Amino acid sequence: MQLQLQFYLLLAAALFCIGIYGLITSRNAVRVLMSIELMLNAVNLNLMGFSNFLDPQGIKGQLFTIFVLTVAAAEAAVGLAIVLAIYRNRDTVDMEQFNLLKW
Amino acid sequence: MTLAEGVQLVSNLLLAAMMLASALGVVLFSNIVYSAFLLGGVFISMAGLYLLLNADFVAAAQVLIYVGSINVLILFAIMLVNKREDYKPVSGRLIRNIATGLVCGGLFALLGTMVMMTPWSISTESAVLSEGSVVEIGKHFFSDYLLPFELASILLLMAMVGAIIIARRDFIPEFSPSNLQQTALTLPEKPRELASAANESTES
Repeated sequence: MQLQLQFYLLLAAALFCIGIYGLITSRNAVRVLMSIELMLNAVNLNLMGFSNFLDPQGIKGQLFTIFVLTVAAAEAAVGLAIVLAIYRNRDTVDMEQFNLLKW
Repeated sequence: MTLAEGVQLVSNLLLAAMMLASALGVVLFSNIVYSAFLLGGVFISMAGLYLLLNADFVAAAQVLIYVGSINVLILFAIMLVNKREDYKPVSGRLIRNIATGLVCGGLFALLGTMVMMTPWSISTESAVLSEGSVVEIGKHFFSDYLLPFELASILLLMAMVGAIIIARRDFIPEFSPSNLQQTALTLPEKPRELASAANESTES
């Protein structure tokens, strides 16, 4: 039995759902960033699966994965800077306390 | 099944199980430091899966960028905002968690059905590239993906400048006369009150 494209797609879907669950339910702001990284990784796995099984000669999916990697690095840096700034302002990392924009 | 296929299958399943278990740990552990280290486990098993998908360069980049920089950055952030706090209980939290779990399960069911029902046009070409994937990726980067490649570098520059600006301590606009005589080449920043002030007072 050879593992096929569906295996990787299901794996990526599971990882994405775990990421969404963590994104919504976690109360620590740093853990929210980690969940976003999980979701980006799920998308990367999708792209790599498509690249290997549907387009094995002109590996364009790997190129997209590298671009996503770049964006993820930028997002991590800016996101952690925002977490630091908001921690300095509010003296907490609890997501429930960040309600300045809530009406 | 030949031996090679069996080894590939077993390592695939092992990596997948490791990845899912670490991802669940990232989300569910209450200690955030454990979560950060398990996130590294997720990234490393992803790199192993990439190797099994014939992508050596991306696997190496995954280890270098994700494990080497993003994970370390997250650990630094955890150390910087390290504050033990007991979260105040919020009403309706449990119902919200259950609802989120249901929605995520439903989303997974939807995606799974879609994946299983769609007739994918699996390519029958051999996955072995004649020159290796690095050469192929380099050709793409410098021919038909040149503009996104340059835009990515600009994006990194903007992210670097933006992160420094955001994370810097607050700027004090009013100029006190003591600042006028000060000739040291420092950016005007709000003085650190807590740790450094205590240290200076003990030293002097």
